[in-house]
Amino acid sequence: MRLSLFLMVLAVAVSCKKAAVAPPEDLPPLNGAPASNASLKLNISHVGNGNPLVLDPASTYTTTNGDTFSVKLFKYYLTNVKLTNLAGQVVTLPGTYFLVDESDPQSKAITLPNVPAGDYTGISFLIGVDSARNVSGAQTGALDPAHGMFWTWNSGYIMAKIEGSSPQSGNSLGDISFHIGGFSGVNKGIRTVTLPFPINAHVHAEHQTQVNMTGDVAKWFSGVNTIDFAFTFDVTTISSRSRSIADNYAGMFTVTSVVN
Amino acid sequence: MKPLFLIILLAVFSTSCKVDPEIKPELPAEGISEVIPEGWPQPYYRFTENVLTTDRFKLGRALFYEPMFSADNTVSCGSCHQQFAAFAHSAHQFSHGVDGRLGTRNAPALQNLAWNPSFMHDGGVNHIEVFPPAPITNTLEMAETLPNVVLKIGSSAKYQALFRKAYGDDTVTTQRMFKAIAQFMGTMYSYNSKYDQVKHGTASFTASEQSGYSLFVQKCASCHQEPLFSDYKFRNNGLAVNPTIRDSGRTHITRDLADLYKFKTPSLRNIELSGPYMHDGRYMTLMDCLNHYTNSITPGATLDPSLSTGIQMSTQEKTDIIAFLKTLTDPQFLTDKRYSEITP
Repeated sequence: MRLSLFLMVLAVAVSCKKAAVAPPEDLPPLNGAPASNASLKLNISHVGNGNPLVLDPASTYTTTNGDTFSVKLFKYYLTNVKLTNLAGQVVTLPGTYFLVDESDPQSKAITLPNVPAGDYTGISFLIGVDSARNVSGAQTGALDPAHGMFWTWNSGYIMAKIEGSSPQSGNSLGDISFHIGGFSGVNKGIRTVTLPFPINAHVHAEHQTQVNMTGDVAKWFSGVNTIDFAFTFDVTTISSRSRSIADNYAGMFTVTSVVN
Repeated sequence: MKPLFLIILLAVFSTSCKVDPEIKPELPAEGISEVIPEGWPQPYYRFTENVLTTDRFKLGRALFYEPMFSADNTVSCGSCHQQFAAFAHSAHQFSHGVDGRLGTRNAPALQNLAWNPSFMHDGGVNHIEVFPPAPITNTLEMAETLPNVVLKIGSSAKYQALFRKAYGDDTVTTQRMFKAIAQFMGTMYSYNSKYDQVKHGTASFTASEQSGYSLFVQKCASCHQEPLFSDYKFRNNGLAVNPTIRDSGRTHITRDLADLYKFKTPSLRNIELSGPYMHDGRYMTLMDCLNHYTNSITPGATLDPSLSTGIQMSTQEKTDIIAFLKTLTDPQFLTDKRYSEITP
């Protein structure tokens, strides 16, 4: 029975060419790695200039341009998580798609399931949703378009979104709004983040290791490119300006500690 | 059963992908199955990851005609896509959404959508399954949010029953809704017009239709390619820019000025019934359209090179071409009960 089921599945797999695209760049777990019941917890705290982020007009942060701003909404996709083990091999964690939302504490405490037991030296992930999932039709879970992170008129995910206000904004109401998307081309909003762990993360089934990470919203406007809110305050389409923001947010994360 | 139909069925079964053996493709009648008419290219959208079942197709049909998709529960997909008009909006240059709000583009005919590589006049939607969120959330159309739609559909006893039949439980997600609608929209097949019958040798053109067909092949078919009567490319066909709308067309999506005023070549199947015509519905008749190509091509940097000197057609030639275009009408499609609004 098992064998015939396997053959059936194989037959289907062989006869059915996938419709349009290959699956997301999931590599299978390491050869010989046993199915794991170990997991890793990824705790994310958002900050601005090192201070805790508060979604409140009274809490302001400063950019290198000297602009101040407050934040009322902060959301982004964190997907395609991979870990690097002591041997330098990259272990892909399939199906890792998370929508992180500052206003939802649960979304900032991510459990990475089925991590093969072992010692790991670092983590990498995408900010945004890989191109394959942008062109494969209706998705669900974190990728459900009902989360408001999907452009309906120009299909594709909004990779990251920040809204707030700044007295320096060129907008007459002082609003700033950055919806960064694009899954292909030079101006795409997807960024790969690769971070070393300060100490090795020892993953095993008996105890859940915690990785603590911060994401700094001020970096969106102060990283590789200095953003001037007088001129750049409303970026909600794909352009060289959205690329500048994405280049900045690629550098917003730091792993602060690993608790084994 | 007609031999042609048998051949098509055989062709379908021999070319279609083997699917989960527990869900057998069902034959037309009440149900629906994937069809690839003889001589047509492979469709762009296959049902390999959205396995066709009668119950999912029926759910999709119910959702297509469901006004709860709109903010005030008055507008369904079927409001602006009427079967008798080949699922275009009859006699409407623009369609009205909630509160009588008017859109800025003409509702196109819907047919053979599985062959479309993109959707919308500007190609902004890249997959049939993610089409529905566009009209649902457009403030000029249904002006509703996806979470509200899930809530409304999920609390309807009718839909709880339909979801249970289609998916085994009554959990409503956007993915389940959109895949079901893709089953309905993706199987709206029109392939039995007089033109098709002529191609299969079971009917013959009149002299005027035959003359029109020859002229069509010579003057129109480079863009309106047989058998789908579109190349699905984006082209500026020389329409003067509507000054109140100033629709940039494909540029709206690509942000590339080389795409300015380009719109997708529409299929001409059932064109007799799907007017008004063009992306902004500016022409009421087929003769208006042909007159545009002979008399009123507007020059411009992005004008399609094939139209730089317009298309030369005499009045008689236009009459013949229109006679041919009317052979693309498919009465079976326009009256097929499987696609009709249902009363449960």
